[in-house]
Amino acid sequence: MEEVSERKKEFRTTVDGIVVKNVYTPDDLKGNEQDVSLPGEYPFTRHIRSNGYRSRLWTMRQYAGFATVQETNARYKYLYKQGNTGFSVALHLPTQIGYDSTHPMSAGEVGRCGVAIDSLQDMEELWDGISLAEISTSLTINATAPIILAMYIAAAENQGAKQSQLAGTVQNDVLKEYIARNTYIFDPETSMRLTTDVCQYCAQNLPKWNSISICGYHMRDAGATAIQEAAFALANGITYVQAMKNRGMAVDSFAPRFTFIVACNINFLEEVAKLRAMRRAWAKIMKERFDAQDPRSMMFRFHVQNDGFTSTAQQPLNNIIRTTISALACVMGGCQSLATTSYDEALALPSEEAARIALRTQQIIAYESGVADVTDPLGGSYFIEWLTNEIEDGINKYISTIDEMGGAMEAVKKGYIQREIQRSAYDYQKAVDFGEQVVVGINNFTIEEDLKIQLHEIGENVEEKQIERLKKLKRGRDNEKVGHALNKVSQVARSNDNIMPALIEVVKTYATVGEISDALRDVFGEYREPSIA
Amino acid sequence: MASKKIRILIAKPGLDGHDRGVKVLAQGLRDAGMEVIYLGLRLTPEQIAQAVLQEDTDVVGLSSLSGAHMSLFPKTIKIIKEISSKHYLFICGGIIPQKDIPKLKEFGMAAVFGPGTAIAEISKFIQASVVEAR
Repeated sequence: MEEVSERKKEFRTTVDGIVVKNVYTPDDLKGNEQDVSLPGEYPFTRHIRSNGYRSRLWTMRQYAGFATVQETNARYKYLYKQGNTGFSVALHLPTQIGYDSTHPMSAGEVGRCGVAIDSLQDMEELWDGISLAEISTSLTINATAPIILAMYIAAAENQGAKQSQLAGTVQNDVLKEYIARNTYIFDPETSMRLTTDVCQYCAQNLPKWNSISICGYHMRDAGATAIQEAAFALANGITYVQAMKNRGMAVDSFAPRFTFIVACNINFLEEVAKLRAMRRAWAKIMKERFDAQDPRSMMFRFHVQNDGFTSTAQQPLNNIIRTTISALACVMGGCQSLATTSYDEALALPSEEAARIALRTQQIIAYESGVADVTDPLGGSYFIEWLTNEIEDGINKYISTIDEMGGAMEAVKKGYIQREIQRSAYDYQKAVDFGEQVVVGINNFTIEEDLKIQLHEIGENVEEKQIERLKKLKRGRDNEKVGHALNKVSQVARSNDNIMPALIEVVKTYATVGEISDALRDVFGEYREPSIA
Repeated sequence: MASKKIRILIAKPGLDGHDRGVKVLAQGLRDAGMEVIYLGLRLTPEQIAQAVLQEDTDVVGLSSLSGAHMSLFPKTIKIIKEISSKHYLFICGGIIPQKDIPKLKEFGMAAVFGPGTAIAEISKFIQASVVEAR
């Protein structure tokens, strides 16, 4: 038979990804332990629920937040009207790093890439007209997660809700901050204490709340390959589970409320396989390493967003196609919650139109495409099953290496995970720069562009308004009460007690994010990571 | 006469922690034969200015993806010009809307390299500009 020459010497899923052949057959699955589990059955490769989306669709959870709480509140109401079924809060950088809007480091940053939250007053007005007892909210907050969660709880209680009614997630994953996102405040050990304080408090008081969302997303966005993203997220997960066990908590008492957030990149088939592999790998970790008994402790439950990095600034409407392909992979990969990236991702925060189209993408997939009506429809494909096995192998190799280093925290301190990601990021850049990896609109199929799309803008006086508002708040509150409550926080911080009750009390005095963070800084100090570049 | 290596200091002013771009660029420019000082993130304009002075660089590269560029980049350039009479090449990158580019150039920014820029484009620009200045 005639040999046909192929387009490339070697086909990989992505740059530094897995080498793939022309075609796969049952022979490619021989020699591997056969996984014939059904959806809802350990190790949950096919879906965590036995009937997938037939009973309930994934949550459509668009990420939003900018400028003042009034403007963000309006966007939340708009998204809800357009079909968003879960809320997802983007907080501006000062809040994420424990600075008030008045702090010198906040200059220029106020309200820019998230909503400005300085105190409980802001948190309360953020949810004006929205009943916290009835919604599900994801809070993307890490170093200051204990403070922001305390504010959310306090705002809910002020609305008349009980803690037991609150449904949602707090990201609360500091390990990945040191690796890829960089909004840490304290050193790793202190951060772990605060993280596990949140997890413990939630396990004991908020039965409907996910106490952590262990992240693969940000590492993928920073350049990790699919296997790296999956492995490093699960490795961090192992560290968190171990840390909770070290506090004396039984695995099944907290693990059912451990969740993950991953990215979905543009290689459709690899992403589906990655999600299946992560479900299988996590289930085995929880059962074999941690002896979980409750099936819910073994379920890899996750939120996913299309990796923003795959969006181009050039010919941005093409990103609608990228998001669609990626979102399809998320759904066929069995996600629980999905945020679709808007087409203007590489240019600005989502405009209303771009956010709406992103939601429509999910709705068209859900209601028109048919893929939500059959659970794990790609299961049984020789290639998908082979690729799932490959990715699981890759995950296990990395986890072994990290185990040998003493766990994820040690690996992070040694810079191992950061260097692996850095290498992949650089390889990717070279592949694009030399044309080996085509990115439509960037190194091929380019045009001279005069961008005419309407971009979302943050008002010029947002910073000024927020600063004035904060100053007014400080003048009007009982500052003696604030002082006492802050002292209590310092006291508890120095002890081994859980910080959450003292935080809920202090936020109710309208102490600010900065004041509370500074009280913690006084006790724990601040961490300055050495630059690895 | 052997030409002196081009020295570039790359820094992220403000709170934005997305450092994939700056790290990849730092490595790429090193591979292109430049001396790169990557100062890191969470820096004030004052800190960056001091480092530029101390390191005696030819080029200053600033990055911000959080939208804070219009307040932080001009401020950084202003302070550098106040404490040093040396001529620097200022370049920047991040998430910078096209409409902000003319204003940044008025403040002294020679070029804005947004998402999708190839490393070679940046290194060629730097080499051409520095050679011209020398």
